Amino acid sequence: MATQHARSAARVMMAPAVILLLGWMLVPLTMTLWFSFTRYLPMRGDSIERGLDWVGFENYVRFIGSSSFWPSVQATLLIVGGVLVITVILGVLLAILLDQPFWGQGIVRILVIAPFFVMPTVSALVWKNMMMDPVNGMLAHLWRFLGMTPVSWLSDASVQSIILIVSWQWLPFATLILLTAIQSLDREQLEAAEMDGAPVMARFWHIVLPHLGRAITIVVLIQTIFLLSIFAEIFVTTGGSFGTRTLTYLIFQRVVDSQNIGLGSAGGVYAIILANIVAIFLMRIVGKNLDR
Amino acid sequence: MGRITLDKVRKAFGDVEVIPPLDLTIEDGEFVVFVGPSGCGKSTLLRLIAGLEDVSDGQIRIDGKDATAVPPAKRGLAMVFQSYALYPHMSVRKNIAFPLRMAGLDKAEQDRRVAAAAEVLNLTDYLDRRPGQLSGGQRQRVAIGRAIVREPAAFLFDEPLSNLDAALRVGMRLEISELHKRLKTTMIYVTHDQVEAMTMADKIVVLRAGHIEQVGSPLDLYRAPRNLFVAGFIGSPKMNLIGGAVAAGHDATTIGIRPEHISVSAEAGDWKGIVGLSEHLGSDTFFHVTCEGIDGPLTVRVGGEVALDYGQTVWLSPDPAQIHRFDQNGLRIA
Ligand SMILES: Nc1ncnc2c1ncn2[C@@H]1O[C@H](COP(=O)(O)OP(=O)(O)O)[C@@H](O)[C@H]1O
Ligand SMILES: [Mg+2]
Repeated sequence: MATQHARSAARVMMAPAVILLLGWMLVPLTMTLWFSFTRYLPMRGDSIERGLDWVGFENYVRFIGSSSFWPSVQATLLIVGGVLVITVILGVLLAILLDQPFWGQGIVRILVIAPFFVMPTVSALVWKNMMMDPVNGMLAHLWRFLGMTPVSWLSDASVQSIILIVSWQWLPFATLILLTAIQSLDREQLEAAEMDGAPVMARFWHIVLPHLGRAITIVVLIQTIFLLSIFAEIFVTTGGSFGTRTLTYLIFQRVVDSQNIGLGSAGGVYAIILANIVAIFLMRIVGKNLDR
Repeated sequence: MGRITLDKVRKAFGDVEVIPPLDLTIEDGEFVVFVGPSGCGKSTLLRLIAGLEDVSDGQIRIDGKDATAVPPAKRGLAMVFQSYALYPHMSVRKNIAFPLRMAGLDKAEQDRRVAAAAEVLNLTDYLDRRPGQLSGGQRQRVAIGRAIVREPAAFLFDEPLSNLDAALRVGMRLEISELHKRLKTTMIYVTHDQVEAMTMADKIVVLRAGHIEQVGSPLDLYRAPRNLFVAGFIGSPKMNLIGGAVAAGHDATTIGIRPEHISVSAEAGDWKGIVGLSEHLGSDTFFHVTCEGIDGPLTVRVGGEVALDYGQTVWLSPDPAQIHRFDQNGLRIA
């Protein structure tokens, strides 16, 4: 009975969810836009009740004019790009490995997925204190064992360290998606390629990789959305110093450290724009990959 | 050249012996069909020849040379898979050219061979499409195209027509036979459909549970099935198998008589029976007749225009020259 009646009933039933989701998005977005055009310094006594002074594009000009802006965009793209490259490459390799039958497969698969369940703050702390500590860290011990001077990872190789930590967290996700994709590959295609004279590497390049194209795009897309907003890993480890101040982190500093809500909001709007540029760029590639 | 010899080839998966030691020779240029019920090991045997499975024992020789340990790509054989196994992200052109590209042929030669194959297979208009945009029959032809460009010593087909509808199947059957006549290359064709085997083969190999039951030309198998299994498997509709007193009257445990070798009369004959169901095909009619003293109905073939009523009494007379006799082990009595 898909009548007018049923359809309007369905609409009524869906309405609460739709309204909730819209409000969830629209309210903060509108407030951010509003604050970004005002002078809003709570320490100086500005507040919504008292009314905020409209300053036009002043915050936007100041945010972009600050010497920290471009480096922060750069740091963001560097970290996101680095994590994407590492997780996709290692994810493909791990997926191929886990697809082979071997003893203890079940347990190994669970172990590989485990990091995904660790909270970002916790994993960052573990990496900082257990692995990367220049005196007591595992890596420091290893370096000394190999007769080298331990590295102060978080200050001397800060961006690389953040990329490493975040990659460790996201590798399971990439591996999982790519593993399911690999399992759906028709074995006969590989056999056909084998008979056609394609050696192992050629089979990987011409058959397996194109088959994974879709899954890789999905991994890249979903990860990018989350990676653009990583925060805890930076907060816990470097606190934004040594070139690890991403756009997200810069906004946080403007709002919380400098107590300048207007300026931070303008930064937030820039972040939205950056995310959309990246998204459009990605959607193009994805569109190409998903259309067939 | 494509003479393939299997010498005591055996295959076991773990403890399960799927192919007991088996000898077979396939002559150059022959069209050989492996036929048998599902699960009898036809695909396994074909994959052993292709090199996609390792033999457990025995030797495979191609043109006299031991190929048992040679990897699939080096055996010079091309295979057409049941699922076609086309590469979905490549155009038809790229699919067909793939083996040439892997062999390192130059671009011009690749294009020339692809164009020639496309011409033969009526694919010229579809070269830039992807497999997903083709019909089942066209995909089948692409798979064949990919096999022929390599100019292999032999073609291996694993139930290539089972995913096509009945009308297309008949068409593709003819096309593959035509291709064989033109290329004169050895073809090994696996099917569970005895009609495909009968219509296409120079030589049929009937398999049951990994054993070769009989090897011979379609007419050899039709005229002189070596045992009850082959007798029941080859021919459509199935041969009537009769035991008991009637068989004893012919000094046999079982006798077999094909539906087309029984004549029907309304007045007189050897066996009196009652007409049951009838199947009218237009060209022929099959009657199922239940006879006195014979277990189970007999199938009889008569001309398409003959009409008998359900429940009518008729007399059946087998052609004495066409009666097949089998002993208590199911083997043919000469
Ligand atoms: N990789 C394998 N591992 C274990 N058993 C197999 C394998 N491949 C085939 N078999 C078994 O071998 C027998 C023959 O299979 P197959 O050659 O595919 O039969 P057909 O093609 O005649 O239908 C079947 O019983 C099947 O279960
Ligand atoms: Mg099979």
